[in-house]
Amino acid sequence: MSGPLTIEDYQVEVQDRPFSALYARNARAVISRGLMATKSSNWMVMVSGFFEPVLYLISMGVGLGALVGNVFGPNGQEISYAAYIAPALLAVSAMNGAVYDSTWNVFFKMNFAKLYQGMLYTSLGPLDVAIGEIFLALLRGAMYATGFTAVMGMMGLITTPWALLMIPASVLIAFGFASFGMGITSFMKTFQQMDWINFVMLPMFLFSATFYPLSVYPEPIQWFIQALPLWHGVELLRQISIGVFTAATAIHIVYYLVMILVGMVLTTTRLRKLFLK
Amino acid sequence: MPNQTNDNYVISAHNLTKKYGDFTAVNDISFDVPAGESFGLLGPNGAGKSTTMKMIGGVSQRTSGDLTIMGLDPEEHGPEVRAHLGVVPQQDNLDEELKVRDNLLVYGRYFGLPMSYLKPKADELLEFAQLTDKAKSKVDSLSGGMKRRLTIARSLINEPKILLLDEPTTGLDPQARHILWDRLFRLKESGVTLILTTHYMDEAEQLCDRLVVVDKGQIMAEGSPSTLIREHSTREVLELRFGSERNTTVAADLQGIGERLEPLPDRVLIYTHDGEAALEQVTARGLHPITSLVRRSSLEDVFLRLTGRSLID
Amino acid sequence: MPAQQTRTTTAPPLRAHPPRVSAERARRFGSWYYAEHALKVMNGYRWTLIAYSVGNPVMYLFAMGVGLATLVDRNSPDAFGGVSYLAFIAPALLSSATIMTAATEFTFPVMDGFKWRRVYYGPHASPLAVHQIVNGYIIAITLRLLLMTAIYFGIVAAFGASPSPWGWVAVPVAVLCGLSFGLPLMAYAASIKEEKGQFALVMRFVVTPLFLFSGTFFPLDTLPIGLQWIGWISPLWHGTELGRLLTYGYQEPVWLVVIHVVYLIVLAILGWRMARKIYEKRLGA
Repeated sequence: MSGPLTIEDYQVEVQDRPFSALYARNARAVISRGLMATKSSNWMVMVSGFFEPVLYLISMGVGLGALVGNVFGPNGQEISYAAYIAPALLAVSAMNGAVYDSTWNVFFKMNFAKLYQGMLYTSLGPLDVAIGEIFLALLRGAMYATGFTAVMGMMGLITTPWALLMIPASVLIAFGFASFGMGITSFMKTFQQMDWINFVMLPMFLFSATFYPLSVYPEPIQWFIQALPLWHGVELLRQISIGVFTAATAIHIVYYLVMILVGMVLTTTRLRKLFLK
Repeated sequence: MPNQTNDNYVISAHNLTKKYGDFTAVNDISFDVPAGESFGLLGPNGAGKSTTMKMIGGVSQRTSGDLTIMGLDPEEHGPEVRAHLGVVPQQDNLDEELKVRDNLLVYGRYFGLPMSYLKPKADELLEFAQLTDKAKSKVDSLSGGMKRRLTIARSLINEPKILLLDEPTTGLDPQARHILWDRLFRLKESGVTLILTTHYMDEAEQLCDRLVVVDKGQIMAEGSPSTLIREHSTREVLELRFGSERNTTVAADLQGIGERLEPLPDRVLIYTHDGEAALEQVTARGLHPITSLVRRSSLEDVFLRLTGRSLID
Repeated sequence: MPAQQTRTTTAPPLRAHPPRVSAERARRFGSWYYAEHALKVMNGYRWTLIAYSVGNPVMYLFAMGVGLATLVDRNSPDAFGGVSYLAFIAPALLSSATIMTAATEFTFPVMDGFKWRRVYYGPHASPLAVHQIVNGYIIAITLRLLLMTAIYFGIVAAFGASPSPWGWVAVPVAVLCGLSFGLPLMAYAASIKEEKGQFALVMRFVVTPLFLFSGTFFPLDTLPIGLQWIGWISPLWHGTELGRLLTYGYQEPVWLVVIHVVYLIVLAILGWRMARKIYEKRLGA
């Protein structure tokens, strides 16, 4: 430090822009912290996340597929059972990763590692932290999606170049869940409450036309499933995987755009509750 | 545009209140801190000190009252206010996933500081905290004292003008405390405003120009350590122990000795100008304590006098 | 100032029994004392446990046993020896549930005991012996698995997926299956000095493959021979085959039944002995 401080040093510049109390336009500092932490963490754990959907694909696609035979794809043509469930598993993986990163991970860093407590005593605002964490979650999701799509290619499940669009589409799905997840975490106070998140995720995973078509359900249940976000993700990726686009494609995408928007509004309004108590 | 503060106060709190549901953590407190002052909040655990610190840092929202830091409301200008603050929270919240030096670098990035500044600054601070040889270690391998020093080093990465220290030396051994006090004293000399909470009277006496005594969310007294002692206590204190059963019963026999008598469960305190003389009076009455001790009055006595309770429970 | 402690004169003075009695009782009932402690902790999140114990089977049985079954039964009606797909997977789901639960109960809480909150060190300073801490915890988890599996079996029966009168025996078999996987895992968890994601790796590289490749959702021989070995070493496969035998009279040669039972018991005992050894070494150090 150069010489003692004088009263002039205690003058402050004020910026007047929207959200200046919440956002310091420095989310990249949070992102670079996350990348640095990844370097020193157990990279095997990171890699292992990629294997989970692949294992499901091999088990269900190959083993169960032998019993199920061919099924009808989104445009009514017959496809192998593996080709039917692969995009669904990718959507589930995008959901799981995003939800984990935006709920458990945030909850732990908030309440146990006290990481955000330190961050928020700097010139960062809570929105910087939220954006940084969501970006990191999406980056990871994009990497897993790329790996999974490659595995699908190797298993001969990709028949059209359109299938590459599954990668950005799964990032879209992840974004929808992550923006919502963080808002929901702001309502959580204990580990027991966090457990309830799994109670919502499990049925969504099992019932969203992941392993069998929606037509097995009676109509009211079909309506209900179609209101849930995962079903739209599953159908979107299923359509993209064989390059069939209909009006429903637009509905699925709009569903996620609205979900992201609502999720971000919820998260932003809950930021003070989440981070500042 | 620079924000003109009419007075020299860098922190002004007026009727500051914080409630958590029905519980009032901070109850209508007011104080002003001029630039360069070392200002303390002294009180027992749960007095509302940490909550006050959090409100100053803009990470806790007040329920009512006014608070300005360098003329700004920390709730409306959180990032700008905190850009000038260094914060040492009560519990170390270092980034356990990063190495020691990386903790400083990453923290500096949160202020948007460039690496060209941060790298030499981090090394300088590691030197300051006597952690240079630990630069590449993992945080969880550090001892409690080292972690504390690293937290303090981290709080200085942005060359803050106001340093908030919440119980800076709690849990440290005496040697580590003296090292820290020395470091803090140097910062004070360079013109940094120090705000610290403590429940250690010696720490408050060493570091604070002025302090407020807080209890149950309220300010009980305000002044420099020596003024507070002069106003609320006597020059010396005679401490007598008669054994746990007898302390309170013997108090009646001690009436009239010294200026004031304070029977506690484990000892009896006699406030007086001359402790040795008081002790002679005690023995003259045929009372023989198991142990006796004459000492100077401290902030502990001030606190006891003001609240009827002792500082460390 | 704290109020003076007062006691009415009529009440007899409070006295702990002599240390000799404490030691004697600890020697005889120590494992049960620790089990009581572990169950008290579990009681703190009993609603989560109950919701999980009921919700999990209902959801899996509906999704797989009813929904997925429409595809499987239509295309391969005779693949399961005359029973429905629902009856085929029900015992597999039963055993998977105990394995999944054992996988969480014998990992993180063990680390919690040694390192994070150091819960083992309190009882270790009491008259309890180390092996009683191990036994007590195993007793508590066994009771938890038993309750969960009984509920699970009740739901399976309500779905009509256990036609055999011996079906209920699948409950203790599933618990044994959970322990045969959980106890070796407990020994491994106790040997970890620092948790750097090993448990996540166990989940993803051991538990998930076992769940998916142990003849759970399809007969093991549907898989290419190169993958069938996963089933042979998997306690889940042995437990599931026994379960099928009990719930719907699945045909199995006697020697293979003996192998299933022996394999599960041997794994459980080995794991238990190893866990005791490692605990004694670590807490005694």
